[in-house]
Amino acid sequence: MAERSFKAEVEHLRKGDGDVFTGEGILAITKALLENGVGYVGGYQGAPISHLMDVLSDAEELMGELGVRFEANASEAAAAAMLAASVHYPIRGAVTFKGPVGVNVASDALANLCSSGVTGGALIIVGEDYGEGSSIMQERSHGFAMKSQFWMLDPRPNLPSITKAVKDGFELSEASNTPVMLMVRIRSCHVTGSFETSDNVPPPLTMKQAIAAPQSDFQRVVLPPWSYVHEQQKVKERWPAAEKFIVENNLNEVMGPQGAKMGIVLQGGMYNGVIRALQRLGLADVFGKTDVPLYVLNVTYPLVREEFDAFCDGKDHILVVEEGQPEHIEQHLGSFLYKAGAKLKLYGKDVLPMAGEYTGQVMLDGMTAFLKKAAPDMLPGQVRAPNRDTPAIPDLSKVVPIRPPGFCTGCPERPIFAGMKLVEEELGKHQITGDIGCHLFGSLPPFEIGGATMGYGLGPAANGAFDGGGERRAISMLGDGGFWHNGLSSSIGNMVYNKSDNVVVIVDNYYSAATGGQDLLSSRAQSDTKNTGNPIQDALKGVGVKWIRTIDHTYDVAKVRDTVREALTTDFKGPKVIVASSECMLNKQRREKPLRAKAIKEGRRVDVPRFGVDADICTGDHACIRLSGCPSLSLKRLDDPLRDDPIAHIDQTCVGCGNCGEVADAAVLCPSFYRADVVHNPGGLERWWAGKRAGIIGWLQKRRDDNRLRLSDAITVAAPEGARAAPLPPMGALK
Amino acid sequence: MAVKPKADTAVGEILKLAIMAVGGQGGGVLTSWIETLARSQGYDAQATSVAGVSQRTGATIYYLEMTPSTGQQPVFALAPSGGDVDVLIAAEMMEVGRSIMRGFVTPDKTTLIGSTHRQLAVSEKSIPGDGIADADEVRAAAEVAAQRLILADMDRLAVEQGSVISASLFGALAGSGALPFTRAAFEDAIRAGGKGVEASLRAFDAGFKTADQGPNALARAPVADGPKIIGPKAKMRDWAALLEQVKALPEPVQMMAETGLRKVVDFQDVAYGAGYLAAVSRVQSADSASQDWLLTNEAAKYIANAMAYDDVIKVADLKTRASRHARIRQEMGAGDDQLIQLTEFFHPRAEEIAGLMPAKMGAKWEASERRMARLDRWFGKGRRLRTDSLRAFLMLHVLGGLKGYRLRTRRHSVEVAHCEKWMQACLEMAAQDYALAVELVRNRRLIKGYSDTHARGLSKFDRVMAAAHLLEGREDAAQWMARLREAALQDPAGKALEGAIATVESFV
Repeated sequence: MAERSFKAEVEHLRKGDGDVFTGEGILAITKALLENGVGYVGGYQGAPISHLMDVLSDAEELMGELGVRFEANASEAAAAAMLAASVHYPIRGAVTFKGPVGVNVASDALANLCSSGVTGGALIIVGEDYGEGSSIMQERSHGFAMKSQFWMLDPRPNLPSITKAVKDGFELSEASNTPVMLMVRIRSCHVTGSFETSDNVPPPLTMKQAIAAPQSDFQRVVLPPWSYVHEQQKVKERWPAAEKFIVENNLNEVMGPQGAKMGIVLQGGMYNGVIRALQRLGLADVFGKTDVPLYVLNVTYPLVREEFDAFCDGKDHILVVEEGQPEHIEQHLGSFLYKAGAKLKLYGKDVLPMAGEYTGQVMLDGMTAFLKKAAPDMLPGQVRAPNRDTPAIPDLSKVVPIRPPGFCTGCPERPIFAGMKLVEEELGKHQITGDIGCHLFGSLPPFEIGGATMGYGLGPAANGAFDGGGERRAISMLGDGGFWHNGLSSSIGNMVYNKSDNVVVIVDNYYSAATGGQDLLSSRAQSDTKNTGNPIQDALKGVGVKWIRTIDHTYDVAKVRDTVREALTTDFKGPKVIVASSECMLNKQRREKPLRAKAIKEGRRVDVPRFGVDADICTGDHACIRLSGCPSLSLKRLDDPLRDDPIAHIDQTCVGCGNCGEVADAAVLCPSFYRADVVHNPGGLERWWAGKRAGIIGWLQKRRDDNRLRLSDAITVAAPEGARAAPLPPMGALK
Repeated sequence: MAVKPKADTAVGEILKLAIMAVGGQGGGVLTSWIETLARSQGYDAQATSVAGVSQRTGATIYYLEMTPSTGQQPVFALAPSGGDVDVLIAAEMMEVGRSIMRGFVTPDKTTLIGSTHRQLAVSEKSIPGDGIADADEVRAAAEVAAQRLILADMDRLAVEQGSVISASLFGALAGSGALPFTRAAFEDAIRAGGKGVEASLRAFDAGFKTADQGPNALARAPVADGPKIIGPKAKMRDWAALLEQVKALPEPVQMMAETGLRKVVDFQDVAYGAGYLAAVSRVQSADSASQDWLLTNEAAKYIANAMAYDDVIKVADLKTRASRHARIRQEMGAGDDQLIQLTEFFHPRAEEIAGLMPAKMGAKWEASERRMARLDRWFGKGRRLRTDSLRAFLMLHVLGGLKGYRLRTRRHSVEVAHCEKWMQACLEMAAQDYALAVELVRNRRLIKGYSDTHARGLSKFDRVMAAAHLLEGREDAAQWMARLREAALQDPAGKALEGAIATVESFV
């Protein structure tokens, strides 16, 4: 069950001719796939296209009606490999994953696919995770297109353009027998807008029909001598065919006045940013009517020389707006100009930065720098000679703390790292590698447990050099997502094979949680369309792991601590794998909260736990926070002149996961934590007995109070604008 | 160099709103309300977000643009630009700061709507001292940077109405008048959302009034003064007599002394309170009015903390008080028809048990590793006590009632000796270097926590106190002592302190 459900929105995918669709980019892409007769879809989740996978999954019923096959692939490599169906069969297929890491994983299959070439249109929809909010290394996918010879679409970021690119992509792919990558940047995936829909088209040939009449052609297999033939076909047949299609169908766009002495060449995805900069300089209007000629590359690979030459004709200055590095397009266009002996001046990564996101300010500065050289008269006077100083705004860089993402309230992974931290305090620091997934947050403060991370499922493999053993065992983290993606074979299997003596902690939260809570082979959820409930432990045994420990309740910090300690100190030789399982709290809350609310409403007995801190017992040393970092465990200042430091405080967003109590106990911290279970709809007998008990307790309390001086009540909280703990709304309550 | 764009270009026709939030705050809901609102009022609108970070407590930005529909498709930007944002909504005080840092708030155009509440970053809350960022600096910057500023605790406004901050911020946006839409249109957008409508509308109203009429629109009664000493009449007479003694102290010291006195009387009894006042007077006699009685005032604070140490008896007493049960009921929002079950987490160690023994016996046990190991075997394990049950309550109630015996315990003798040594050091220093003596008194702040944390605090305290002889005679000795203490509060392991002491050693 994914974090976000698109069940309601999926109904919009049924719209037909003349209707208008309004919504998010990813839904629009799905709609376009259906309108273009796609025969099969698949992919692997990951920002920014996780939701595209979720939409496809939620739309499975509709796709079934149309005869479209949906496969949730095991990895990006598996997804790309699935496009093999379009090699021999005239069926359109589309897969999606993130770039560039997903493209890295897929590159082997993509290279083979490109060599073989395709008969049916093959579309790879890549969510380019570049710029603000990205959680991966900053690279481009463009280089993959150049090395394997597939075509790259980078449409203008609005719904009509993106959906048109789906159609163009399929047609271009078929016209040139080459797979096409449709790149959508992170904000385009989630941009909202409208486009005119048309009827969904069932695939002319379904997968079921195709398998009934199998086809093969050994000339398409990547084996010599045909692999050499394929390379020649790429450059002699498919490339010219692609260029022809691009030109004839005007996939790239030229805008603005003719006859100007300068112009801008840009990636389609940069269009809105370029227009905004021109708007701010008074050189374009709200609707994009521009005074500066633009050559918009909706196809960024291959570059069509004749189009470029025509655009440059009569111009003295050309700016290339190309985000990311290296500057593939600029280099390519430069070589065109050089070979043609052109005299015009080419600008690009000199007025714009080589690296980093092209934000609004970067664009404005770059555009201004270009125009100052190319057409200074066009710039507004104020830009040419600024005459007004802006007031100095105080520098807050020393005040405002950074706020990286971290474990959610109640996350079952927090206590695993708390337990590991306790072991670290006992046995010292160990060599640790991380993996891809939420558990990578464990390498950030307050835990700081983890080192390098090399890729999905590669945590233990990244410790391979240490598998020879030594004084202290190395530890690798691995999530259940990474385990099934690549970890079982690349990491675990090879630890067994190489007789590793190291330790692996598999964080099993029942889902591919970091990508949005998609189900996995080992998920506990019942699914109508997928086979779940296959334990990780069975797979471990299957590849020959002998030392396996299972923790089925990660909140038991003492057990985590003892198990990790055992793994690090046992005499057993061979890989030691701990499977620590508890459900992702975000998903759990999403599932259980409505049920609980319903039960309370219906008068059934429900016990709602939450933690608290006794303000007068807490001394403000924050040791608990250093073993937690939970968003609901924060600080507050007391209105007490005797106290210097703020004390711990738990706000109402606490989900009562138990970590606080466990940590206070296992780390022998302090007695200020308590758990309060509010019992809704208690039974009659329970109520009667509670009343009796309260009576006796009350009598004892009164007897003591009647005989002593005491403070009227605990310290009051300081004014709310101080450092009051921020009550986050309960997780999942907002969706 | 940043370019100042022309103000009256075509771009002025597009309204631009950015929302800076912390993941999980409901920024997505607020964004979709604004989008729905704009479309319902005949505007073309576009929203963008970066999903992923948003759920996981990281800082995140939502961005909207809108312009009246003409039938022709406008070109909207996908992300906010510095100097080109009309309305900036920041759902937390440091996010207000971040929005200013990133240049999204400019005096020529930006209406800044911010919530003053704090959601502390991990870096702020994990240091042992006080690492909370200074919100006043952010407020000062906001006053310079924004064209129009609306700052209020939007989170409290919403929570008081049983809703979440997105609703009060939406109300404040309506109340600010920054968008050309009626209040009713805003409210319709909430209704169209369909979830938690009534609570959202109440929080919307609170946000609207705050923006429209200023943060005092919903001013609340001032909070009552701090806690008072209460008790049976006879004992209150003794208390009154003690208070008379406080009045004999120099005026600047009285407030702190009375607060401290309350704490130690609550901890033990009136006689103990008298002992506290005697200790304060002892410091007073080494002090003078010429220094405004600073040393005595600080001593009044820290002697109270030292005398009301955290022992098993205190914890047991606090855990079993009637007022605590009432407070927890209120905090948990439990109604009359709901029961509360309370689980306490104790993990006594041999040290706590030995500390509870009579002084001589406890010292003997503590001296023997074998005996301490035995105590650990007997008592040293995590215990969860249900203080709503009779058994656990009775046990703690009895423990909490051991005040009469407390002054004979091993723990008390250790605390008294430690306190005396510390006071001695401070008083001796007072004659030589008054400012340094004040800092020595303040060093007591380092002792806090339980078990290992407490032990670490003690060792830091000892190291910092020992540095006094290195600094003696230096003009800046007090400043250095304060710096050492701040360093000791920087990290739990005391690395910063080690570095600071190394620096001191290098120049003596």
